[in-house]
Parts: sequence; C-alpha cells; structure tokens
Amino acid sequence: MTQGTLTLAVRQADNASILDVQGDITAGSEQTLMDAYTQAGSSASIILNFSGLEYMNSGGIGLLVTLLVRANRQKQKLLAYGLTEHYKQIFELTRLDEAITIHDSEAEAVAAAK
Amino acid sequence: MTDQEASKSRDEAFWAKPVSEFHVAHEVPTDAVNLNVEGRRVAAMAGGFGKMYQVTYRVRLDGTDATPQDVVGVWKANFASFWPKKNKFFGPATAITPGDVALLNVKTGGVKLSTGVLVLYADDESFSFMTPEGHMFNGMITFSAFSDQGVTVAQVQGLIRAQDPIYELGMTFGGKGAEDRMWLHVLQQLAEHFGVQARATVDRVVVDRKRQWEHWRNVKKNAAVRSGLHMAGAPIRAIRKPFTRKRAVA
Repeated sequence: MTQGTLTLAVRQADNASILDVQGDITAGSEQTLMDAYTQAGSSASIILNFSGLEYMNSGGIGLLVTLLVRANRQKQKLLAYGLTEHYKQIFELTRLDEAITIHDSEAEAVAAAK
Repeated sequence: MTDQEASKSRDEAFWAKPVSEFHVAHEVPTDAVNLNVEGRRVAAMAGGFGKMYQVTYRVRLDGTDATPQDVVGVWKANFASFWPKKNKFFGPATAITPGDVALLNVKTGGVKLSTGVLVLYADDESFSFMTPEGHMFNGMITFSAFSDQGVTVAQVQGLIRAQDPIYELGMTFGGKGAEDRMWLHVLQQLAEHFGVQARATVDRVVVDRKRQWEHWRNVKKNAAVRSGLHMAGAPIRAIRKPFTRKRAVA
C-alpha cells in the first residue's frame, strides 16, 4: 500500500493492529493512511509504529488528527511508538500526546493497548 | 547530504521549537491589544468543544506564471496586507517564520477580540498556525499553494473545532459566515497581487459531528468574553488613569 513516499504495513499483535510507517507523512498521504486504517479493522487499539518515519509536515499532523477522530468514533485507542525526539516534541507542542499516547517500544505500546 | 541528514535539516528549519506558552517576542503598535495571548498555553490540536470541520478556501490563479513557491513566498512576506482593514494581524516585520507568535485584533459582533496565533510550521509551499487557549477554535489552519493542471492554486484550510459552547453558538449564528468572508477576502486580495481577478471558493466538510462536552469548561478562558469585559472597563480605566499616575509620582 503506497502513495507518494509513504508505505504502511499492517500487522496484528494481541488485540491491537500495528501500522508500520515507512517514509514521509504529508497531506498527500491521506488515502494510504486511511486504507491502512480500514485494513486494521475493528481491533480494540491501533498502534502507529513511527520507527520508519522519515519526515512529517503539518499536513501529516492534520491527518493524524483525522485518524484520531475516526478511531474515537469506533471507540479504539490510538497509541504510538518509535518517534524521534523531534517528533515527540511536536506531539507535545501540539498536545497530540494527550490524545495519542506515546511509548518507547512496541512491547510497551502493546502492553498499554490491553 | 544523506536522506537522514536532509530530514533532520527540514525538521529544524520548518517546525517551531517546543514552547509551553505563547510569548510575543516582537514590538507591537501601541494600539494593539495583547490580552489573551501572553503566557497562554497552546490549544490542544485534538481538543475543543464543538463539531470538527475541515474548511477549504481556494482561488485559482489563472493567467499568472507565479509558481506555488512564489505565491507562498509573497504570502509569508506580506501576510497582514491581505487582511480586511477592520481586522489586524500584528506579526513580526519579517516574513512568517516557525515559532513566531502574532497578535490578532479582530472585530466581531461589536467586540474587538484580542487573540493570537503561533506559527507551527512553515516551508516553501505552506505554513500553519495553531491557536492559544481562549481562541475561537482549536486545531490548525494551513496556508498553501499547489499546481493543478498547470494552474497555481492558493488555499487556506482549517481543521477546526470551536473551543467552547459560546463559540459553538457563535459559529452557528453568523460566525461561520464571518470566517468565510475573511478568508475569501484574503485569497482574492492575494490573487489581485498577482494581477488575477478571481472568485475564491469555500468547501466545508464535517469531520466529527460529536461535541466534546468534557471541554465545556473552556468558557473560562474565552477570549471574546474577556475582550468584551476589557472593552467595557475602558471608560473606568480612562477615569482612573490620571489618579494612578499622580500616586506613582508621589
């Protein structure tokens, strides 16, 4: 599933779906991100693995907000791990970290998703 | 430069540095009201009370050779000049830069609303603002330009939610129309700068119909209410001013 420079792979871990991000997230990534979310199905939690994130602009942050709205509507938790220090700071600046919980590792995120 | 180095360079150049509070770092005119900005927290991107909308305003710059980068460059350098005269944007003298905080004094419903914005992000083709707590809405507004079938299109896009029930009511009863008029004016002025007479368009999509009632207490920081009270207190402050001075001299 690719569009622009973003690739997203979807896999399962316990009761959560993990979306492995590879590349850039920009406003042009909407279809790729939403297709991956649809593929994740009705898991109780969606975990975004940002280890492969190369770049994100403000359009990408807007997409994450839209994804969060969709997840909230389905009563799904949205979690993240693998963010660089820079993007952790952007999540804190925008206060997205209050809605998308940030974890240091996949194991920690999967445990928090239970 | 490796891809990793290029990404790091973009991160440092295009994004605002972390801040916990708004702070106006540049000189502002004496008539600018800085009432609801200094020391305010950034409004949470996913917070706010009302329905969430994605509102997109666009104008096609047919007949100009200006590239999207040209348009955004001019827009960043002259942002305030495209605003309607009754509304004021007090930004730094330089072009829009990540981390800048600008004051907004906006006339709405008989009140001179004092609020502000933080430049969250700015690159060659776009720039985005976030708002402080107490502003009309939570979320982000992005100004950009892109090429569509060889024509440069300028765009304003807001992903926004009214911060509290008072603003939600205000948006329902006239606020949306005022917001539309404001950004359509800005885009048409921008088009005129490039010698293009064009009508801008608006497209409003509801992203989330649900109201976030857990945030109704945001009314406590409502900048319109505080601005209104500030205006109402102006005569009293004017009467007290000479006496206050005398005491200071004594």
